[in-house]
Amino acid sequence: MNTPIDLMSAITGPAASGPSDHRWFPPGTHITVRGLTKRFGATTLYENFNLDIPRGQLISIFGPNGCGKSTLINMMSGILPIDGGEVLFDGKALRDTRIGYVFQNYREAMFPWLRAIDNLRYPLKFLKLSKAEKDARVERMIARFDVKIDLHRYPYELSGGQQQMVSIMRALIVDPEVLFMDEPFSALDYEMTLFMREQLQKVFMETRTTTLLVSHDLEEAVHLADKILLLTRKPTHVADYISFDAPRPRDTATLSTPEFVRVKAHSLEVFQREVRKP
Amino acid sequence: MKPSLKEHLLALLAKLAPLWGALVFVALWWIATSLKVIDPILLPSPADSAKALWKGMMGGSLWHDFLRTVTRTLLSFIIAVAIAVPLGIVLGSSDKIYRAVEFIIDFFRSTPASAMFPLFLVLFGVGEKTKIAVAAFGAALVILFNVAYGVMNARKLRQLAARVMGASRIGVLTDVTFWESMPQTFVGMRSGVSLALVIVIVAEMFIGSTDGLGQRVINSQMIFDMPEMYASIFAAGALGYCLNLLFLSIERKFVHWGGK
Repeated sequence: MNTPIDLMSAITGPAASGPSDHRWFPPGTHITVRGLTKRFGATTLYENFNLDIPRGQLISIFGPNGCGKSTLINMMSGILPIDGGEVLFDGKALRDTRIGYVFQNYREAMFPWLRAIDNLRYPLKFLKLSKAEKDARVERMIARFDVKIDLHRYPYELSGGQQQMVSIMRALIVDPEVLFMDEPFSALDYEMTLFMREQLQKVFMETRTTTLLVSHDLEEAVHLADKILLLTRKPTHVADYISFDAPRPRDTATLSTPEFVRVKAHSLEVFQREVRKP
Repeated sequence: MKPSLKEHLLALLAKLAPLWGALVFVALWWIATSLKVIDPILLPSPADSAKALWKGMMGGSLWHDFLRTVTRTLLSFIIAVAIAVPLGIVLGSSDKIYRAVEFIIDFFRSTPASAMFPLFLVLFGVGEKTKIAVAAFGAALVILFNVAYGVMNARKLRQLAARVMGASRIGVLTDVTFWESMPQTFVGMRSGVSLALVIVIVAEMFIGSTDGLGQRVINSQMIFDMPEMYASIFAAGALGYCLNLLFLSIERKFVHWGGK
């Protein structure tokens, strides 16, 4: 993500504008995206983009390079300003919503001047909680991830996987309504990636936090998802929105089930059709 | 396996490596003086200079002058930091302000501080204030530039992360930007204290001084007390070296994440 970002307007965002013609949404919907428009200079990335995200599900976002996968979740999470349309969480605006965000680049997302435990504690300072409550939350989060990390070390003293683990814990500690993850495992090796998928699923099964995961790895996208959102090339639209209902926890055996193979093959077909479009 | 005696010796030699250069230097100096290659009036022997240094520092007046210079340098450094760090953070966090004053700062930063002596003499009169003011001025510009630079180059992703977690604009500044600028701020402080020392020594030489290392160097040169002059020069050198070492070690301790 190399786009210049205006921090202030990124969070407040411009006033929702444009007609919101698609008011209807299916029951159980958590997030509604309506008439979303985004331009970079003369290029239109999103034009009147609509999307419903069901509650308590993990949605993977996959699509061709440069179609704006990260841009989509960055607009939803308020990191990037939107040019038009609106994103509502249970009908609320972003500023009334607790979110967690996990960046791809954990090295630059952690604060190296704070110990891992203080990184973990950092977002709690924006919640009105007593010290005892804060400590309890930290304890609970540590117990939830049964990972042996010495949290009294500084982030740069931890391995990549451990850093990203702390980063995920930091996003979850505020008990977010929505969790955004931008290619969280792409800087890790395969062994670590599999381990992290396991951990993420475990936490997801416990908390059922609505999660949006951007991935450039189709296997990962399908493996983790309840629904896979496939995007077209820009101007970006929904190419397909596929359900994958394999029971959790899913392990490496899931990767060879017929249902997984079918969903992955179908996704790949849609993806290639989109990539080959003139 | 226990390291052998030979390994111990080699490790000891490696540790002493920096001393070899100094030993060679002193040896060459000693040879030059004992062979009278250079007029002994101009170049006293290492032993005579060392004796002057020892006597001066141990209860002599050199120690007093040394302390005067240390006090002036640190005082001007503290004033410089107090002005430059907050100002640098403000400048660095606003692109518009920075662009407006960048040229002025860069211009005065490039102006030799010694060229400002006459101006400061007019402003502050002949005395203590002028020396400290010029040194503080020079050091402040160096520090200011580095702090602003550090703030401007703070990692955007880290600021974003804080913002997404709910930090206000001021919160991002104090929780992220301030820390992000630390490594560069320390670079600025290290250059700043060196520059302050240089300016203080020069000021002591030429702006009506009755004490300080600079004044001592000039005085001993006038009366051709060469061992005394070399002693003062070494004292000044040791001061500069130790200040740098001190700041480096504070930096390593404080900015432990630097370069990682």
